Amino acid sequence: MLLSCTDVRKVFGDHVVLDDLSLDVAEHEVVALIGASGSGKSTLLRCVNLLAEIDDGTIRLDGEEITDPRINADLVRRKIGLVFQSYNLFPHMTVLDNITLAPTRVHRRAADETRAQAMTWLERLGLADKARTYPDRLSGGQQQRVAIVRALVNSPRLLLLDEVTSALDPELVGEVLTMIRDLKSEGMTMVLATHEMGFAKQVADRVAFLHAGKVLEQGPPEQVLGDPTEPRTRQFLSRIIEAGRL
Amino acid sequence: MTYAPSERQQERIAFRRRQAIRSVLLAAGSTVVVGVLLTVAVTGSPGWPRVKRSFFDLDTATKYLPDVLEGFWLNVRLFVVCAPLALVLGLLIAILRTSRGPVAFPVRVLAGGYTYTFRGLPLIITIYLFAFGIPGLRLQGTPDVVVLGAAAIVVTYGAYLAEVFRAGIESVHPSQVAAARSLGLTRRQAMRHVVLPQAVRRVTPALLNDVVALQKDVGLISLAGSIDAIRAAQIGAAQSANFTPYVVAAVLFILLALPLIAITDRVTLNAVRAQNAGA
Ligand SMILES: Nc1ncnc2c1ncn2[C@@H]1O[C@H](COP(=O)(O)OP(=O)(O)OP(=O)(O)O)[C@@H](O)[C@H]1O
Ligand SMILES: [Mg+2]
Repeated sequence: MLLSCTDVRKVFGDHVVLDDLSLDVAEHEVVALIGASGSGKSTLLRCVNLLAEIDDGTIRLDGEEITDPRINADLVRRKIGLVFQSYNLFPHMTVLDNITLAPTRVHRRAADETRAQAMTWLERLGLADKARTYPDRLSGGQQQRVAIVRALVNSPRLLLLDEVTSALDPELVGEVLTMIRDLKSEGMTMVLATHEMGFAKQVADRVAFLHAGKVLEQGPPEQVLGDPTEPRTRQFLSRIIEAGRL
Repeated sequence: MTYAPSERQQERIAFRRRQAIRSVLLAAGSTVVVGVLLTVAVTGSPGWPRVKRSFFDLDTATKYLPDVLEGFWLNVRLFVVCAPLALVLGLLIAILRTSRGPVAFPVRVLAGGYTYTFRGLPLIITIYLFAFGIPGLRLQGTPDVVVLGAAAIVVTYGAYLAEVFRAGIESVHPSQVAAARSLGLTRRQAMRHVVLPQAVRRVTPALLNDVVALQKDVGLISLAGSIDAIRAAQIGAAQSANFTPYVVAAVLFILLALPLIAITDRVTLNAVRAQNAGA
């Protein structure tokens, strides 16, 4: 297992968000996290990236326990890419600088090499002409793709994607979807939180349904989304269908 | 086909132009009226001839200009040295105050105590304490009073500027730090490359305002006995029994401040525009 979460607990005050949650992700696997708003999808991703401290349980990456307080969290985060629900690009840097910041400062790679790599990515996404633009001049979809590239240039072992399509129109969802499919075919391991069941169905090897702080049901997308065994999952999906999102 | 503005658009453009001309004329007109009224009120007042003699006497002005100017050179040098030092000190203190971890605890406390003390202490008293208190210790190698007075100014303004920098640092949203850390940047790298650049940009107008204030307050060095513009003017005024040397010093200070004030205004305006554009 590349990522292995065991009995993870996370509380905010007396609000238990993750309650003995367990989830395993194999290398090259793509897992979609689904669940109602507030079910803890973003929280789980932040815990895996050590941006939030868990209150119990263990998280392992490549067999190493990363929730051990003696471990260097900065070194762990370098192996995990996280794309935020709200992009969080750095507003005072150009697109290119946003992308090359970590490779040059953290991984100490040569500036022109990273720049070339970043340009290759931007060209692939049709954003080459935006390289010298500041993030506030980009559309939401463009910002989102830049944020994904920013995480990718660090060559992470694991990529965490939080609602990367939530701000995009259907056409742009298609573009991001293509990007993620390409990544998948290149063997990237990904965990993605999403409200787009169609998206989950198309890219995920496995869908995990979060409810009451646990993974209530998981399995191949056709099974979980098409023929769920748990009544809670069925209820959640029927509400999604009502809202026209499946 | 080339684009030609529609009739409606042309009418709009013409209307806007008429409006613009009208407001320029109005502004010019009201300026003239206010100016005339002010002049009449001041020069028509019963005490004006006396005030003119003791504050705006041309002979006294030319007589003491060289002395005041020479003193002013000290103010200029003080400003050029004190302003950057105070900025560096302020930034350093702000970073120390926002540092984390148990090891940094005493540093945080000291930095906090420093800003509280020197923000509360009137600059005049600080200058007295530094310029007369420190030599009183009779330590070897005690620097000149000018240096001590300058140190008092740097230490006081460092405390003000530290608070401005700290406000800037704390105004950067935590999600920016989270994004930086998620990319593997250390706390220090996130501070240097992500937080500080945004923080400094945000508080530049406030920083410049404090620098303008510092520029005036270098005149307080005269309290330590150094002959700067104000002290030279004081001597001149005593000799000539006329206040004109003070006015000469005042004009010099204003002239020195003008460019910086203009820059401050422009930067502030740009910052406001940038903020509104981002929203
Ligand atoms: N820093 C925090 N402090 C207190 N409560 C928090 C914090 N972060 C998240 N929560 C709470 O944790 C719960 C889970 O939040 P989370 O953002 O993980 O949900 P989510 O599944 O990602 O929802 P969405 O689909 O709307 O993004 C919510 O009830 C939220 O209010
Ligand atoms: Mg979320």
